[in-house]
Amino acid sequence: MQESMEVAISKKQLQKKQGKNKFRLYMKRNWQLYALMILPMAFIIIFKFGSYFGLSIAFKDYKVAKGFADSKWVGMDIFEKIFAKRNFGKAVWNTLYLNILDLIFSFPMPILLALLLNEIRTKWFKKVSQTLLYLPHFLSWIIIGSLAYQMFSLSNGVVNTIIANMGKSPIPFLQENTWWLISYVAIGVWQSMGWGTIIYLAAITNVNTELYEAARVDGAGRLKQCFHVTLPCIRGTIVTLLIMNLGKIMQGSFERIYALSNSKATEYATTIPVLVYRWGIESGKFSEATALGLFQSVIGLLLVLLADKIAKKLGEDGLI
Amino acid sequence: MGNEKKFIQKEKMKSMKRKNRIYEIVFCFLIGVVSLTCVLPFIHIFSKSISKEAYVIANKVLLFPKGFSLKAYEKIFADQSILRSMFVTIIVTTAFTMIGMFLTTSAAYALSRKELKGRKVMAFMIMVTMYFAGGTIPDYLLMSNLNMLDTWWCLILPLSFSAYNFLIMRNNFSASVSESLVESAIIDGADHFRILKNIVIPLTKPILATITLFYAVGRWNAYQDALYYIKQRTDLRPLQLKLYYLIVSAQESFQAEGVATGTITNPEVLKAACVIFATLPIICIYPFAQKYFVQGVMVGAVKE
Repeated sequence: MQESMEVAISKKQLQKKQGKNKFRLYMKRNWQLYALMILPMAFIIIFKFGSYFGLSIAFKDYKVAKGFADSKWVGMDIFEKIFAKRNFGKAVWNTLYLNILDLIFSFPMPILLALLLNEIRTKWFKKVSQTLLYLPHFLSWIIIGSLAYQMFSLSNGVVNTIIANMGKSPIPFLQENTWWLISYVAIGVWQSMGWGTIIYLAAITNVNTELYEAARVDGAGRLKQCFHVTLPCIRGTIVTLLIMNLGKIMQGSFERIYALSNSKATEYATTIPVLVYRWGIESGKFSEATALGLFQSVIGLLLVLLADKIAKKLGEDGLI
Repeated sequence: MGNEKKFIQKEKMKSMKRKNRIYEIVFCFLIGVVSLTCVLPFIHIFSKSISKEAYVIANKVLLFPKGFSLKAYEKIFADQSILRSMFVTIIVTTAFTMIGMFLTTSAAYALSRKELKGRKVMAFMIMVTMYFAGGTIPDYLLMSNLNMLDTWWCLILPLSFSAYNFLIMRNNFSASVSESLVESAIIDGADHFRILKNIVIPLTKPILATITLFYAVGRWNAYQDALYYIKQRTDLRPLQLKLYYLIVSAQESFQAEGVATGTITNPEVLKAACVIFATLPIICIYPFAQKYFVQGVMVGAVKE
């Protein structure tokens, strides 16, 4: 009680007095908010903004012995150098190519599964299958890669054993370029299909049930309800996610490619993040690798901003 | 006349019901097949891991184990380097999650309070890092300049404050803690530490559980930073990286197999047991974690 009285009195004083007292009182009450922000901001400044400084070496001839400050500025020379490299064009093309394939095959799958799951009336079955479908999302790419290498191995993989039992010759799923590409995309579909349904299922539960009743009265069966009620009602979600994914078309998951790649199938595995790793961490060409990374993140950022603008123009939520 | 109409209607209903049942069976079948593809690989690998080596080499193991044997697991538990990397992963994940939760909760509460001046600037600074990161090499050079390469810290500190998790938590704090409740607590003389501890945290337990799991599972599964930063100190390799060297790139052999001479050939059974060994912790928390993860996706999808 006493405390609250004090606060009440101090509130009145605040209204009367101005200036310094006001500030002192404000700080007395709210210094803890600033105290709470000290560590998070320190982390942001040290680990995130700190790494922005490293970007400067994309415009410098960086020598480890000389350090950041003493390396010579060379303007856009590094960029000109990497644009001329044969691997550069290949990496940009592969990054786009893999993402486009992902978009074609991985994007529609969750929609299809969500529509199917929505139609299932047997509750326990729906629950069990959802639990199974979400599972791959929780596994690291290393685990998925290990599984893939054991299942698809040429001599003792289970898939090729079955193929051999049918009297056909084994398929080099991960050892030959085209097959590697197919496996890469298929594994991506497998990993993401279940998890992607969550957002669509949430959108479907928001569909007005009266619409279904009206459709039923008009004689629409379950398939027709699905195509003429459910699908149009979640169109907004589909469009938003599609645009967001288009915005990410220059990005690439290093972990996924690296866990699935091997020395026998490198044609499509050479993407920008892989090239950054090879140039920078493996060969110590820090300036080139930084410039390549910067190129990717600038284009990536522009695409995300563009995607956001388009989404907002279409009347969707946007992502920023 | 009336009877005839009723009869037709009845027949229609019957055929509808029959049609519905057929649909149900077809849909269940399709979903069932797809769901099975998500779990059969594990059953296969698990069976391999507890089968006798001879059957595995002869490609006889499909879905059921043949000739029960736990030798592979015995070997894993005899391999110091695998146990060590499990230990590293557990320590790193625990420390990372605790630090991450501490930072995220602090920032989320402070920036959800309107009386904090400059909160827009601070929130913007955090958001910028979500859309534009320095990148692999600047991060690497930063670690190198901070003398953190080949230490525990490079796996624990840099990623422990995630802008995305912060955003989810802040929005949830604003939405699920009513302004009047906090205000009346302030009038009663409670300071911000107390409000956070006694009001906000108890009220937002589900989202705290969700974010904790986001941090923990994310750290458990990641290997990219370990691959970049852990080069010399092989005793600091987390489990995922160890697995990469053992199975995916097969650059290393199992210790229990002795020193490899020339080419490295890792026995299939041992590889399978290793995958199961590394997956088991995730599978164990999965039934419990799944609900919170789904929740997190829903909350994450709703923007301010």
